Amino acid sequence: MGLMEKFLHLHAMPRWGVHPDDHKRPAADAPLRTLPLPAKLYMPLQQHVGQPARPIVLVGQKVLKGQLIAEPQGRISAPIHAPTSGTVAAIGEITAPHPSGLPFNAITIASDGADLAADADVAADPFALAPEQITELVAAAGVVGLGGATFPSSVKLALGKRTQVTTLIVNGGECEPYLSCDDRVMRDFAADVIDGVRLMMHALGAKEALVGIEDNKPEAIAAMRKAAAPFSEIKVRPVPSRYPMGSDRQLIETLTGKEVPSDCRAADVGVIVNNVSTANAVHRAIRLGEPLVRRIVTVNGGAVWQPGNILAPVGTLAADLLAYAGLKSEPARLLMGGPMMGAVLPHAQVPIVKGTAGILALSDDEIATPAASPCIRCGNCTRACPIGLLPLEMAAHVRVDDLAGAAALGLSDCISCGCCAYICPSHIPLVQYFTHAKGELWAQERSKLRLDATKRLSAARIERQERETREKAVAAARRKAERAAQKAAEAAAAEAAPTESAT
Amino acid sequence: MIAAVLSLTLLGAVLGLILGVAARKFAVATDPLIGAIEALMPGSNCGQCGMPGCAGAARAIAAREAAVTCCPPGGKALAAALAAKLGIALDLTSMVDEGPKLAEVREEICIGCCRCLKVCPTDAIVGAAKQIHNVIREACTGCGNCVERCPTEAVTMKPVPVTLQHWVWPKPTLAALA
Repeated sequence: MGLMEKFLHLHAMPRWGVHPDDHKRPAADAPLRTLPLPAKLYMPLQQHVGQPARPIVLVGQKVLKGQLIAEPQGRISAPIHAPTSGTVAAIGEITAPHPSGLPFNAITIASDGADLAADADVAADPFALAPEQITELVAAAGVVGLGGATFPSSVKLALGKRTQVTTLIVNGGECEPYLSCDDRVMRDFAADVIDGVRLMMHALGAKEALVGIEDNKPEAIAAMRKAAAPFSEIKVRPVPSRYPMGSDRQLIETLTGKEVPSDCRAADVGVIVNNVSTANAVHRAIRLGEPLVRRIVTVNGGAVWQPGNILAPVGTLAADLLAYAGLKSEPARLLMGGPMMGAVLPHAQVPIVKGTAGILALSDDEIATPAASPCIRCGNCTRACPIGLLPLEMAAHVRVDDLAGAAALGLSDCISCGCCAYICPSHIPLVQYFTHAKGELWAQERSKLRLDATKRLSAARIERQERETREKAVAAARRKAERAAQKAAEAAAAEAAPTESAT
Repeated sequence: MIAAVLSLTLLGAVLGLILGVAARKFAVATDPLIGAIEALMPGSNCGQCGMPGCAGAARAIAAREAAVTCCPPGGKALAAALAAKLGIALDLTSMVDEGPKLAEVREEICIGCCRCLKVCPTDAIVGAAKQIHNVIREACTGCGNCVERCPTEAVTMKPVPVTLQHWVWPKPTLAALA
């Protein structure tokens, strides 16, 4: 790192955020390992934002690795592919990797051990393809944002056509403590990531790409600089290590100086953000014709014997990964994702999904949380909030169930990064209040929509009943008129008949 | 001819005048609040609140005789809207939302009599004579009218299962701060 850059960094250090102990090493430095193929893989139908996929295979059917097993439904959705060859053992509910421990639908595949891949059709020169074709291939490969948001990548790439996207930002921030899967991807597959970045730029029609990497990953920065050297349009930019640098809005602000307005998307300021692992997945989808069926997962935490990064098929049980890495002790808490924003797992018998960056098995001393005490209004949370909200005020509103008051303070802009709860000297679970409040507001919104629908339906019913009564009355009148006419005709005929017979 | 036209016109004008004056003079002053509240209500007249339809409930709520939380299909959202309208403080936590319930037809008992679909305020039940009926869950308000009408007890109210899409993080409990 040059002197100039160091100087720039001092000035670029953002005012927001926190700096937790990153716990990334030694896991980040351990060489990448490949998980031996598990006997059973569980492919959830909902591994992305949007509509769940619809299964197109039957129980007992043989499938090949990479074969489409569930197709997307609706505009925002993603297909699911078989992660290995084998037989469809079941299609039904399994426990979701979610703190609620509720079930969701998944396709269970019993591996045959051969790991036979379906034939892939690969374009010789993808840069000769139209941008829309790249987007279609990415959609067909089921690539979703691997940074954690799991938004279907093809939908994002298609934004390039609707709005003028000039800059592709590649997110190598990986600001969550403990996680190092993106670091490993950049170190081991730098050339592939850069190729993926170029393919995405082609699909978007973007002029330049900025790869933002936190400066606590010097090896990744060096590897990416080397791989990006031949391409002047791709610039690798080290960014200060500050949580939540990996959040798209914060990275955009740090790299371009543009702030995304609260009710806008990144594309509205001409920027699209994609994760480095997503770039790698795009490369594999286009160059190798391989759908997204495997990923690198960080297995880390105080209870893990050999922490490190493991290349595993999507659908592997967390228990299999933990067994492979070995456990020192019974984990006090299991997490999917990082410690700041990850989801607490109900148990280890849940599958990893496309968006799973890590499985953390934390020991007792890592999760020790002192009891909360009253707010001393120190304002630390306000300084830490990357969005510039007032967490202490919002939490006070949520605590007394004044959700509207919290919403007026900008609750919907909260990204649930957890900086406020981390920094709070009184250990108040601030972010937990906000996740609860956002869920509750959303539920109220849903019930309001339902109420409106009910109103519409009952109005339609009343209208229908009135119409039916009216129609019945009209029909009755018509029948009466017809009968009267008939009677008159009969009477006329009867009158005419004697005269006729007389003649 | 002219006499007939004139007498009828005169009759019409005089009667119209009387009606017009009567409408003004004997007008029953209704509280505009009742109308506003009624507009907020679901309007399905399901009767779950125990009052004669949504209009009756609106009158009771406006007169502060009924709680704003009395409408089960409206739920918390309606309660909050009504409280805002009436300018009263409302503690939503006390509202026992025992979770919405929806009607469900047990297909093996349904005889296809069409009685339930006639009483459904939102046309949420589909079916025809001697065909098994079914409930459109999105349209059902859970009023339970159909349950009483079913001769074979094939219609039951089932709580809506909590799914991943509907699950909400519980509010943190702070023993130390309480």
